[in-house]
Amino acid sequence: MASVTQLQRQFIEYTTSLYNEGYLDDQFTQLQKLQDESNPDFVVEVVSLFFEDSEKLLNNLATALQQKTVDYKQVDSHVHQFKGSSSSIGAQRVTNMCVHFRNFCEEKNLEGCLQQAKHEYILVRNKLEALFRLEQQILQAGGSIPMME
Amino acid sequence: MACNYEEDVPHVLAVDDNLIDRKLVEKLLKSSSCRVTTAENGMRALEYLGLKETHQQNNGSKVNMIITDYCMPGMTGYELLQKIKESSVLKEVPVIIMSSENIPTRVNECLEMGAHKFMLKPLKLSDVKKLRHQLTNVEVEKR
Repeated sequence: MASVTQLQRQFIEYTTSLYNEGYLDDQFTQLQKLQDESNPDFVVEVVSLFFEDSEKLLNNLATALQQKTVDYKQVDSHVHQFKGSSSSIGAQRVTNMCVHFRNFCEEKNLEGCLQQAKHEYILVRNKLEALFRLEQQILQAGGSIPMME
Repeated sequence: MACNYEEDVPHVLAVDDNLIDRKLVEKLLKSSSCRVTTAENGMRALEYLGLKETHQQNNGSKVNMIITDYCMPGMTGYELLQKIKESSVLKEVPVIIMSSENIPTRVNECLEMGAHKFMLKPLKLSDVKKLRHQLTNVEVEKR
């Protein structure tokens, strides 16, 4: 059974790695700054919204790309939305993927771009879920979540 | 409803078609001591303001500032700005345009149309707090 201190250290290490590896950027820190007593679950709420929204967008993208005649405007619009949401929560690698996607919108390999976008999304989703689980463990062990600089 | 609380706390209308961004901007504004109403597109915003197409309705809600996304389906933030500036009742209300893209022609066209500011997304809490202070000053100057 890990102690509070061990859990807190794990949390700091994990969070630091997420920033170092580019999964998260400063915008995620901004989100955490907005969390307070009046909104103690703000980050989880916004990120959960992002998960729901992303899954919808990825499905819409898949459908759009399956059409006989692909509507590129529609595809671009979905990717624009995805870029916006991911950027708003600080999911940097997903945002970068979207920028890449839009640059290749005219080209043939859109399906490949979609798979990569999906891949990046799943990666960040797993990482964030792990982070939230760690937070819960700390809280349940009676500790407080360390503030990241 | 003319209590001091209402007068001291600015009422901001935030317009954005993206759900996450709406939630974010609402929190940013609330954390900067603003009362917030959100709208998911230009049409809803105009309805809320009591501005339907060309004729002004008298039951629009009073706002001290409008902050809107640029890229929205149907009516862009620029078009919304235009409609607001064309209204005799609303043209004095400061309008902020937000965009994820820093395109100089876009910035210029918004400022020329009378936008108070053009801000890059994602917005930071420090930017919104600064805006809130400026808003108070604008109000004070008018008295």
